[in-house]
Amino acid sequence: MSRHTLSVLVENKPGVLTRVSALFARRAFNIHSLAVGPTEHEEISRITVVVDVEEHPLEHVTKQLNKLVNVIKIVELDPGSSVQRELLLVKVRADAATRSGVLEVVDLFRAHVVDVVPDTVVIEATGTDAKLSALLAALEPYGVREIVKSGTLAVGRGSRSITDRALERVRTA
Amino acid sequence: MVQPNPTPAQVAARTASRPTDRPVSGEEVTGAESIVRSLESVGVEDVFGIPGGAILPLYDPLMDSKQIRHILVRHEQGGGHAAEGYAHATGKVGVTMATSGPGATNLVTPLADAHMDSVPLVAITGQVAESLIGTDGFQEADIVGITMPITKHSYLVTDPAEIPRTIAEAFHIASTGRPGPVLVDIAKSAMQASTTFSWPQELSLPGYHPVTKPHAKQIREAAKLLATARRPVLYVGGGVVRAGASAALRRLVDTSGAAVVTTLTARGAVPDSHPQQLGMPGMHGTVPAVAALQKADLVVALGARFDDRVTGRLSSFAPQAAVVHADIDPAEIGKNRPVDVPIVGDLREVIADLVPALEAEHAKVGKPDLAAWWHQLDTWRETYPLGFSPTDDGHLAPQHVISRLGELAGPDAIYAAGVGQHQMWAAQFIRYERPRTWLNSAGLGTMGFAVPAAMGAKVGEPDREVWAIDGDGCFQMTNQELATCAINDIPIKVALINNSSLGMVRQWQTLFYDERYSNTDLHTGHGTRRIPDFVKLADAYGCEGIRVERADEIDAAIKRAQEIDDRPVVIDFQVSRDAMVWPMVAAGVPNDDIQYARGISPAWDRED
Repeated sequence: MSRHTLSVLVENKPGVLTRVSALFARRAFNIHSLAVGPTEHEEISRITVVVDVEEHPLEHVTKQLNKLVNVIKIVELDPGSSVQRELLLVKVRADAATRSGVLEVVDLFRAHVVDVVPDTVVIEATGTDAKLSALLAALEPYGVREIVKSGTLAVGRGSRSITDRALERVRTA
Repeated sequence: MVQPNPTPAQVAARTASRPTDRPVSGEEVTGAESIVRSLESVGVEDVFGIPGGAILPLYDPLMDSKQIRHILVRHEQGGGHAAEGYAHATGKVGVTMATSGPGATNLVTPLADAHMDSVPLVAITGQVAESLIGTDGFQEADIVGITMPITKHSYLVTDPAEIPRTIAEAFHIASTGRPGPVLVDIAKSAMQASTTFSWPQELSLPGYHPVTKPHAKQIREAAKLLATARRPVLYVGGGVVRAGASAALRRLVDTSGAAVVTTLTARGAVPDSHPQQLGMPGMHGTVPAVAALQKADLVVALGARFDDRVTGRLSSFAPQAAVVHADIDPAEIGKNRPVDVPIVGDLREVIADLVPALEAEHAKVGKPDLAAWWHQLDTWRETYPLGFSPTDDGHLAPQHVISRLGELAGPDAIYAAGVGQHQMWAAQFIRYERPRTWLNSAGLGTMGFAVPAAMGAKVGEPDREVWAIDGDGCFQMTNQELATCAINDIPIKVALINNSSLGMVRQWQTLFYDERYSNTDLHTGHGTRRIPDFVKLADAYGCEGIRVERADEIDAAIKRAQEIDDRPVVIDFQVSRDAMVWPMVAAGVPNDDIQYARGISPAWDRED
């Protein structure tokens, strides 16, 4: 199995996310993470989906996704030529005795503390999957209470925009 | 290349024989009136449906439409299959209507059926009022959610202003690219609200651009392979029928000299009288068709999808063949079998381009010498023709009944089948000469397809003789539509191949379950209580019922049915329950293990 990141540009209409995620389920593809949000164009939403799948089935799922009427464009983003980030919020046990140790880890990973109460802190960090895993491993001994992750977001490096051409289609359709 | 979406007027011209002649704009109407106007504008003439609470507002203006004939069916599933049969026979989009909740869920089977067999279908369903959606209101079902995996696309309309554009898009999507079913679920509140109707509407489909024009380089590659192959086979699927490419295909068949096999959905795409036609491949295909694919050095798949019922064990299917795969759906290409030359495009254009490319190759390298291949194929044809043995219980041989029906009704009739033994025999023993004359449920295998599909076909092609060839099991699933036929002057004919059991399941029990006949006896035949008695049932439905028990009665009964044109006819052919469908490739085994008859397999090695 290898990991692939797909950027799926879709029409900003109700039910589109259901269609995309249902297709993955029906064709028995495993979604590692999925993130969706608006783009610079109000007609278009962007879904970033990370899947663990071999080359041939990936081609198959891309073709199936392309058949969905509301899917405008699919681009696979190669880790080498794209920026891929995830947002992590993690609640860690940190009392007077352990707080300085926790804060040291926060500094090392260039994360931030966004909430403090006497016995816990909430830490915000962004980065690649690998970096966030390392951060969580370093926090583990202090007692991780709660983890929430955004799913990977990705954008290609360089000046090209994948939404431009897609937008042309929306406007001329 | 991005092609601009056609205008609704173009969609209308393509789907209708009578396109609208009065563009209307900005008229104040109700949402329900807007639906009727929109359906008229895309050229709809026939609709099969049943009203109910949530769709009631639509049925009121529908009553006044001079263009649309609504046929009141007895079950929504029957309405859906009727719309499919109509689409199968005419090539136009079939239309069905149902109310919310159970009305809509009864459409699930026809929608799934149309999705599997790429039938252009639009289903209009009523939905509860917008304020009730999501509250588990009376007769509420999330039909868009339920049917998402079995429709090509679907809409939920709550804003009446969106009705014309949505209906224009639905018909465009259903009928273009790889055809399929589109569901339009419309809230009752949107039907009751007032809105403005204007036509034509702009389509807004930025993500929908079917590729129809094939890539020239791929066409040349395919032509090269076809010009040099020594054992070529054209593997023709239902896509050829959907594309209306039969005439073009005929030229390719003649130019290439290749062997031709036509799948269950493609019977009639190439005339059975054509000398290069080997018949149907697959689980119950002819020995020559199955063997040709197994021994081919080139398989050119045209609108076919390497279904498991054709390939048998996939890893041993056509093991020596290079594969050219042409289809309008890119997702089919390489799905099951790796492909050497992929071609995405409308088959009519693909074949139209391929013929001159092949002629150019022939001019360059000469026509291939296929004499040895044809010698081999002809040997198989002579040694293993389709046939059947007489029954030994004194009852009719079902294959004989179906052969006689095909001979008497001829290639101009339309035949619709259910699913099971009778379907396979009808695919094998009737000689099809034209496309759109063989209607059946192939992919989904929906028992009960025949009667409503025949009804839809007869509505679409009223001047043709339309036969439903049905089994006693299938017939009991949808025979209520005989009432629809009788009342609406739709004189279909039903040839009931009554073996008093679920025959195909029984055949598998005979072969693989030690003759333990668990729950396959239906008690409808000779020597039983005949529940129901199909002749009495036909009579109760206002149809002519005829029972045939002896071989010398077959022709007379068929001829009598042909003479009756003022009501439907049901012929109850009492056939032997021990007749089996042969040849057969058992599920999951290599096609090389085909059995010509029980226990008899061709000895390939001796012939090689």
